[in-house]
Amino acid sequence: MIDRRGALTRLLAAGGLLLAPPRLAATPELRDRAVAELTGGQPVRDGRVTLTIPAIAENGLSVYTTVAVDSPMTPEDHVRAIHILSEKNPIARLASFRLTPRSGIAQVSTNIRLAASQQVTALAELSDGSFWRDRRDVVVTLAACIDGG
Amino acid sequence: MALAAARVSMPEQARRGEIVNVKALMRHPMETGYRVDDMGRPIERHIVERFRVTYGGDEVFAIDLTQGVAANPFFAFYLRADESGPVVFTWEDDRGEVTTVTRELTVTS
Repeated sequence: MIDRRGALTRLLAAGGLLLAPPRLAATPELRDRAVAELTGGQPVRDGRVTLTIPAIAENGLSVYTTVAVDSPMTPEDHVRAIHILSEKNPIARLASFRLTPRSGIAQVSTNIRLAASQQVTALAELSDGSFWRDRRDVVVTLAACIDGG
Repeated sequence: MALAAARVSMPEQARRGEIVNVKALMRHPMETGYRVDDMGRPIERHIVERFRVTYGGDEVFAIDLTQGVAANPFFAFYLRADESGPVVFTWEDDRGEVTTVTRELTVTS
């Protein structure tokens, strides 16, 4: 019997279009480990961070993503870093932005790759040592993957 | 092989304390290292690993990238205009290629 997932994987791999062979895929556990490395085991709270990403991404090769953090961005109280993390990509940490008070506003945007439908996490590290996050589910449509070059 | 052109969009002038929007685009394959070519041979990873911004000589913003960032990496972010001076944008890739764009920001009171 033909394994449908295996057949699909081979089909995509044959076209050189597969972003991530399954053996390389991150898991929610690897994502959690990446978060723990970044936080040093500090608790992560929900809030202060707003992750804006399409609920349905037509092209997983380029998904426009914005992360904003509620912060005055003063020397005493600012965002030190913003991390974007994946639970299904080959690597869990997609990008880390290093901010300073001279950033003025804690908001960054970029285009990320998503190898599969998944939950994306934005993690912010503040100058007081606290960590905050937001999470969004993104459906990555197969057609977009095949179209992507 | 030199990297292709990088582009930066930001105002040339701002009032002191004004927060300016900056957009930076680099033409780069951001090859993941996971793909194979038509002959089934692995395609070597080739990504921009670090993007840095200095303003008046101080590092004010930076990004550590992985292959999770899309080809032709685009970034939008903000800077607070506090003094007139050069804003220097630097992209470094994993083959040692460095691309720099410099913009002068004039701050008025």
